Amino acid sequence: MLKLEARQNQSRLWTVGSPLLAVLLTAILGILLFLSLGKNAMQGIQIFFWEPISSGYRVGELLVRATPLLLIALGLAVCFHSNIWNIGAEGQFIIGAIAASGVALMAGPNTSRWIVLAVILAGMVGGMLWAAIPALLRDKFNASEILVSLMLVYVAAMFLNYLVFGPWKDPEGFNFPQSKTFSTATQIPILFSGLRVNLGIIVALAGGLGLWVFLFRTRLGFAQQVAGIAPAAARYAGFSSRKALWLALLVSGATAGMAGAFEVAGPIAQLTPTLPAGYGFAAIIVAFVGRLHPVGMVFSSLLMSMFYIGGELAQTKLGVPNSIGGVFQGLLLFSLLTCDTLIMYRIRVVPALRKPRGT
Amino acid sequence: MQSPRLQVVNVTKKYPSVVANDGVSLTVQPGEIHALLGENGAGKSTLMKIIYGAIKPDQGSIVFNGIPVQIRNPKEARSIGISMVFQHFSLFDTLTVAENVWLGLGKELSLQEVTNAIEEKAANYGLEINVHRPIHTLSVGEMQRVEIIRALLGNPNLLILDEPTSVLTPQAIDRLFVVLRKLSAEGCSILYISHKLHEIRELCTACTVMRAGRVSGTCDPRKETIGSLSRLMIGAEPPELEHHVRTPGEVILRVQHLSLMREDQFGHDLDDISLEVRAGEVVGIAGVSGNGQRELLFALSGEDRRAAAEMVQLSGRFVGGMGPAHRRKLGLHFVPEERLGRGAVPSLSLAQNLLLTRTNAVRSNGWIDVRQMNDHAQKVISRFNVKAGGPGSAAKSLSGGNLQKFIVGREIDANPRMLIISQPTWGVDVGAAAHIRAAILELRDQGVAVLVVSEELDELFEICDRLHVTYKGRVSPSINRAQATVEQIGEWMSGMWPATAARESGSPDVRCVEKASTDHGGKHAQA
Repeated sequence: MLKLEARQNQSRLWTVGSPLLAVLLTAILGILLFLSLGKNAMQGIQIFFWEPISSGYRVGELLVRATPLLLIALGLAVCFHSNIWNIGAEGQFIIGAIAASGVALMAGPNTSRWIVLAVILAGMVGGMLWAAIPALLRDKFNASEILVSLMLVYVAAMFLNYLVFGPWKDPEGFNFPQSKTFSTATQIPILFSGLRVNLGIIVALAGGLGLWVFLFRTRLGFAQQVAGIAPAAARYAGFSSRKALWLALLVSGATAGMAGAFEVAGPIAQLTPTLPAGYGFAAIIVAFVGRLHPVGMVFSSLLMSMFYIGGELAQTKLGVPNSIGGVFQGLLLFSLLTCDTLIMYRIRVVPALRKPRGT
Repeated sequence: MQSPRLQVVNVTKKYPSVVANDGVSLTVQPGEIHALLGENGAGKSTLMKIIYGAIKPDQGSIVFNGIPVQIRNPKEARSIGISMVFQHFSLFDTLTVAENVWLGLGKELSLQEVTNAIEEKAANYGLEINVHRPIHTLSVGEMQRVEIIRALLGNPNLLILDEPTSVLTPQAIDRLFVVLRKLSAEGCSILYISHKLHEIRELCTACTVMRAGRVSGTCDPRKETIGSLSRLMIGAEPPELEHHVRTPGEVILRVQHLSLMREDQFGHDLDDISLEVRAGEVVGIAGVSGNGQRELLFALSGEDRRAAAEMVQLSGRFVGGMGPAHRRKLGLHFVPEERLGRGAVPSLSLAQNLLLTRTNAVRSNGWIDVRQMNDHAQKVISRFNVKAGGPGSAAKSLSGGNLQKFIVGREIDANPRMLIISQPTWGVDVGAAAHIRAAILELRDQGVAVLVVSEELDELFEICDRLHVTYKGRVSPSINRAQATVEQIGEWMSGMWPATAARESGSPDVRCVEKASTDHGGKHAQA
């Protein structure tokens, strides 16, 4: 018989090992899934775990997807470290993209290249404003930021639809619900010609470094973490819980909004109703699989990005729905939650009870 | 020859990291009041829970009234005549006394029958209680009475009491002892768990001493001295503290007519509290816990800053509205009663925990100098003799005593002008406790003002120059320790201090005094 036994201390081995085991478990479950669908399981696994990194172009695409995931996850990590549950990064991403589009649409053929900065800044401000709503409601009325931020995702999506179906619809767009294509001056600089990877990935990696410094080398970041793990200790130390709330939500709103700007002024270059690809939600998984640690989140954002691309490839190559990518993402999260048990518990083999009770 | 009431033979219980009981044996005779003495963590509670069926031992056997028994759960324990009163009560606040007792019994009895049974037991043992009052209106001593009555309803022949006096005033302790002696005279054996040596010498007729999971000796406590019992318990006698007579200096902390509504519904309103602490004196606040100490400390530390600015003054500055960090800058440091989760963050290292209240390693731009932080932590660890792996050890990996030494050390190391300590030695082993008390006195001799809030009267009498008492959110006038007696402080702990002295400075709030005196009346009626 197996028995779960509480550990005295967290296992360091399994803090790192659990995400790796979770990836393995996800792959195994994936194989079972393909088998049950009557597909070639090995090909399926190859599509998810190998093909996305099989060529330079595909790696580029991987990075394109990883950029918003990592950026958003970094901001969410600040929230989750402080025990503030911003579930609405998707909404902040959308509003950020809308604000960035607003600036980008003002550009003409003669606009200076520097407008890119204004576009990115507008995205950040948009995301921050959207995140400020749950912060304000929590601060003033103690409203749950989980519900408020989540509900605001749908408000943001509606607002996006209103704009592209209404005032911002491209008059020459054959009545398609989308804005005009942005002028090239607003294009986020591309890193390598021929690939779609842009400056965003550099900013995201720099953000990871910034997060590490903030969390582990500044008193402000320390206060933020204490507010999350031990609120009474934070109060004792005199760290303001209101400050922690506002800081966490504004930072995560800014990164989500920035991700929106990079996305809309980058690979897409126009505002369309299909912009929300679920990055805001997937980033929650990225943050947890990455252990809320910057380095971990770099890897987990790549992994989640693989599942996005894998889903699309599986659709064309295996003839399964695109949502298989989402299934993989979900499997990963559940596997991780399961494997995390090993951090606080160990499995011990105990002799079976000779005389079970009730017999 | 009658067989012993209870024989515990060679019981062993191992946990992954610690052997809680290692070959423990214990014999209790019928009608004996048997003390189980030991420090925190010596394994007393584990042994009691094994006897009461709440924990299964790995090895060993239990013989009850001459019959070997295997007690699988507390219900079985009660059915063979073993009852236990836990340190922490399990009562529902919103239900009445009778309803609470009824809940714990079988379905066979009606509420009326239970009520009658309670009243009969209560009258029999002098445990007066109004069965129709809801629990939340009772004092802690009365709640304990409910628990004891509940335990007695099963007509036990072994009653286990876990640290029963930690929540009682000295007078209530005397009344409890009368009840226990009556029970023992009727043949009921009592297993009395405590670490208070003088109580054991006064009450018990036999004693088993535990140390680090083993039995370190058995004795007749009436024939032992405090010193010899202490040697059995910790392997040494507690060191004598040095007291120097000093004249206190200027007033450092002045609390003036501090009144605050409660934040939490089971808390206490603070009611016109005034007190002073001068440089170079230790002032103590006695009182049964849950009488407003928590709320008062929140207001003094700055964790609660709803007080008007002038209600709390530090060296003449009005600090009532300032937060903890601000007050700390002005020299007020505070050690809270909860070590894990408030005084320290359990999962963070000792070095990081330094950052809660100390900014030596933080540069003006907010950058943390990790090297300096670790050096500083190492300094505190060595200066205060903290047993820890090093600055990187997680706070929760330390024993209670060592963590307390670290936290107290962290605050003393800041060279405070005013130090407030709540329950300085709560749950701390005797050695560390002596260390902490000595550090407090040393601080006083350096001219620091110290305010100590404690439930342990012995401790307050040992280290304080003046004493206050809190009762239901009010604080008594102070009395010099040299003139105070345990009996007097005990009376004050039930709110019965001379009301006039408390209002010498012509308080406008006369109504308060009247309310206070009705409180006394109520307390009398209960007593």
